[in-house]
Amino acid sequence: MQTFTMQVFRGQGRQGDFREYKVIADEGMVVLDVIHRIQATQAPDLACRWNCKAGKCGSCSAEVNGKPRLMCMTRMDTFPPGETISVAPIRTFPLIRDLVTDVSYNYVKAKQVPPLRLKPPDPDGKYRMMQEDVDRPQEFHKCIECFLCQDVCHVIRDHEELKPAFSGPRFFIKAAGLDMHPLDTQDRTEWIRSQGGIGLCNITKCCTEVCPEHIHITDNGIIPMKERMADNFDPVVWLLRKFRGGRKEPA
Amino acid sequence: MIERLGRILGNQRGQIVTGQVATVRPPIATPHLRKDAWWALPVTVVIVLGSFIVYSTWAALQNAYYWAPPYLSPFYSPCLSAKCLHVTFGYGLPDLSLPIIGILSPAFLILWGPGLFRLTCYYYRKAYYRSFWLAPPACAVRDVKKGYTGETRFPLIVQNFHRYTWYVAVIFIVLLTWDAILAFRFPAPGGGVKFGIGVGTIVMWINVILLAGYTFSCHSCRHVCGGHVDVFSRAKARYGVWHFFTRLNERHPVFAWLSLFSVGLTDLYIRLVAMGIIRDLRIL
Repeated sequence: MQTFTMQVFRGQGRQGDFREYKVIADEGMVVLDVIHRIQATQAPDLACRWNCKAGKCGSCSAEVNGKPRLMCMTRMDTFPPGETISVAPIRTFPLIRDLVTDVSYNYVKAKQVPPLRLKPPDPDGKYRMMQEDVDRPQEFHKCIECFLCQDVCHVIRDHEELKPAFSGPRFFIKAAGLDMHPLDTQDRTEWIRSQGGIGLCNITKCCTEVCPEHIHITDNGIIPMKERMADNFDPVVWLLRKFRGGRKEPA
Repeated sequence: MIERLGRILGNQRGQIVTGQVATVRPPIATPHLRKDAWWALPVTVVIVLGSFIVYSTWAALQNAYYWAPPYLSPFYSPCLSAKCLHVTFGYGLPDLSLPIIGILSPAFLILWGPGLFRLTCYYYRKAYYRSFWLAPPACAVRDVKKGYTGETRFPLIVQNFHRYTWYVAVIFIVLLTWDAILAFRFPAPGGGVKFGIGVGTIVMWINVILLAGYTFSCHSCRHVCGGHVDVFSRAKARYGVWHFFTRLNERHPVFAWLSLFSVGLTDLYIRLVAMGIIRDLRIL
């Protein structure tokens, strides 16, 4: 058992500040357990969002000591005994209360991604895919939509004015997963350039660093989409497509 | 439902609601809350990358001590100028003379190739956008500059043509491999050449292997060689190539740094041998 000083953000709307709580953390506890202990013993009105406590629902996103993390996956024994630990809401999104933010920006952006448009089925009426065809999109399907990548992305975190023009890493991998789908017929490269705003991404890889599912967002999603976009301006590719035929219908 | 909830809560607080529950970010004034040494990595990159840029520019301006038979410095390969100490293709271009600078070092005729490849490399972009641009200096640390436009405008939009610099870089790998093969051909005492291996030969081979590792682990290489395919089961060969380059691509940052050190150290070794400061040890 160790005693920690927790600095937890408390506030609503434009008002708020960090408040200190001394908490005893038992062996094996995570930050979310400590927040629950504060709720149970010192601040019953402390608001925090959580569900599964197993790193699979993506609800308890917060910034622990300034790093975007899932509270349920951050063990207390990773901090030196007696350390003061700050817990703040994810700062990129509007504050509802205490550690709870409004992430509806992401739902708006999700609707804008051109959906899967299937090619016609095989003559027997079935669709067929091989494992090697779906390996790449499957990595992106691990996403739990915790929006930590959206939170840490400096384009939306530090430049509020760019939010309308930028979808963010979560939706770049969603578009990449659909674009690489073996049965899809839509070309999303022009969409991702003009409406997704992928040109604003300068691939500093913070999204990859914070992903609790360890998805290679930048290397396997964003950069391949940038390369697919560059295909449209490559005369060698243009020439090859003249012989082989175009890639897909623009979204 | 979210919109309805937004309207209700927003109206209670007198805020402007646009389909959101809240509109104001958490009022935390400090640019970051990180307690670790987040600044250590960008500072290290500035020192290491800055040192390499200073050294390579100085070495390119020297226009001397880049040929210690049979070793040719990678900064001067291929040596295209007629007055090269070792003309690569048997003949050379006339010397270029510029005001103030004087005769242009042959290094400047070729260094733009590998230089642009590294400048537009996806990994180095991450490194220097964080360290020199400070956009952002580290994850969850506020950007220093306002008015960010990313890679949407000139000149940074040109970064999207990285694959062309990769095509050029592959040519350099061929040329440097040829130089490494020639590094087995030592001048014989009575004229002519004879087979041998010196420390410089090994240095040049390590350099070319690391440079090839860096070049073929490139993201553009991975895309061009197979990543563009959507249905891998109908392009088995390209799937195999893509799979191999994907494994290599996972080590791209390691190759990026190791090849940077190796190319600088190879030039330094050949320079010191050419200046007579150290003697090249013959193994065979």
